[in-house]
Amino acid sequence: MLFFQAILKLAGGVFISRDIISIRDMNKEEIEKIFELAEKIEKMIERVKILEIMKGKVLSLLFFEPSTRTKLSFETAMKKLGGETIGFESIESSSIAKGESLKDMIKVVEKYCDIIVIRHFAEGAARFAAEVSEKPLINAGDGGNQHPTQTLLDLYTMKKLKGDISNLNVTLFGDLKHGRVMRSLVYGLAMFNAKITLVSPPGLEMDKGIIEEVKEKFDVEIYSSNDVKEGIKNADVIYICRLQKERFSDAFEAEKMAKTYKVTPELLEYAKSDVILLHPLPKTNEIDLMIDFLPIAKYYQQVAYGVPIRMACICYVMENE
Amino acid sequence: MNKENENLLVRKIEDGTVIDHIERGKGMKIYKLLNLKEETCILLTNVESKKLGRKDILKIANKELLQKDIDKIALIAPNATINIIKDWKVVEKRKATLPNILVNIVSCPNRNCVTRMEKDVSTKFIVEKREPVKLRCFYCERVFEKEDFEELFT
Repeated sequence: MLFFQAILKLAGGVFISRDIISIRDMNKEEIEKIFELAEKIEKMIERVKILEIMKGKVLSLLFFEPSTRTKLSFETAMKKLGGETIGFESIESSSIAKGESLKDMIKVVEKYCDIIVIRHFAEGAARFAAEVSEKPLINAGDGGNQHPTQTLLDLYTMKKLKGDISNLNVTLFGDLKHGRVMRSLVYGLAMFNAKITLVSPPGLEMDKGIIEEVKEKFDVEIYSSNDVKEGIKNADVIYICRLQKERFSDAFEAEKMAKTYKVTPELLEYAKSDVILLHPLPKTNEIDLMIDFLPIAKYYQQVAYGVPIRMACICYVMENE
Repeated sequence: MNKENENLLVRKIEDGTVIDHIERGKGMKIYKLLNLKEETCILLTNVESKKLGRKDILKIANKELLQKDIDKIALIAPNATINIIKDWKVVEKRKATLPNILVNIVSCPNRNCVTRMEKDVSTKFIVEKREPVKLRCFYCERVFEKEDFEELFT
């Protein structure tokens, strides 16, 4: 069904899908609706620890690639909504290891559950799975392509901590070439008209096609630089990510590249005093350990917002069920 | 080379298809793309052309192309003309034009795309721009240009 819905959208029709596959499929109104839901949920779980919205419902977690935060936060989100979770976290522990196709796996798993969350190494796997599945599906990362729920929680964090996203100068810093998080985020930020600066070491720049598409679609200015001091000086938010070593074919080259960028207290001297630092985690060596103790480090708070946002995402895709 | 000389060098075909106005140097790519292993073919390269300056022509005996084949040609050679030959005469002329969506016409150039890994999935590309050609893979969401597809047929 999904393919025809997307075509309908391209033709100017109404997009009725209740899957979350890519931030490119969403519009600002849909994202704001998810934020409203997340805020309501945050208030509700302050009063009642477990909600009963998803009581009797089962969420499948199909993780073909390793994950800590995304998987655990989806699990927590479903449990806090009163539902149950099933799933696996590696190919070895799934029937894919026996040669089963992704299509067959989805056709089987959908019989056991009410909603599917999938992370897969192949780009487009979530879209294909959604096309096959009769149950709502959420993409928890497909190769180097998209990670929409991470973008939603990143934007939500910026909104909660810094206010109106359209007034923010956001600097994306690090491996902008391989990271699906950055790919999704630049799209989401542009949708909200944020002022975006891209800073990366030479060789790790964001794909020009993505920058062109975002500029053209949202009529925003995007500045690119290899000079980190210049790139962070006006930032309200610095968003850094680790080097995606798993996307390199040459491990030595990856190690060499990993040493080319780092946020240190000295570097932050060049930034505004009220800047905040976000990171999708896991972090490796790209943030000096000292920074964890500074008030600008907001990545642990960011990770906490993952739960209400994913609770909101579950409610959002289940709305018509 | 004038037309008379060309006629002397390359004979006409009785039945089949002549793909004309192929961009110079792209004839062999079209030949490979159509997977013409069994057919008798004549490939002319660097032929003088009023429209293109220089062009390639591919003549295929006893074969009528399917729409799917024409869509493939449109991707690599958007100016190509497809002439259907019956009993030595051109009975139909068609322009190779790209459809809005290409389903199962070409593979995705992205090796990490799910369409390269799963056997049950058809490739789907949405034409985002026609000049220059830009196609977006419906699955991996990457945007490709004509040259990215050409590499698949070298």
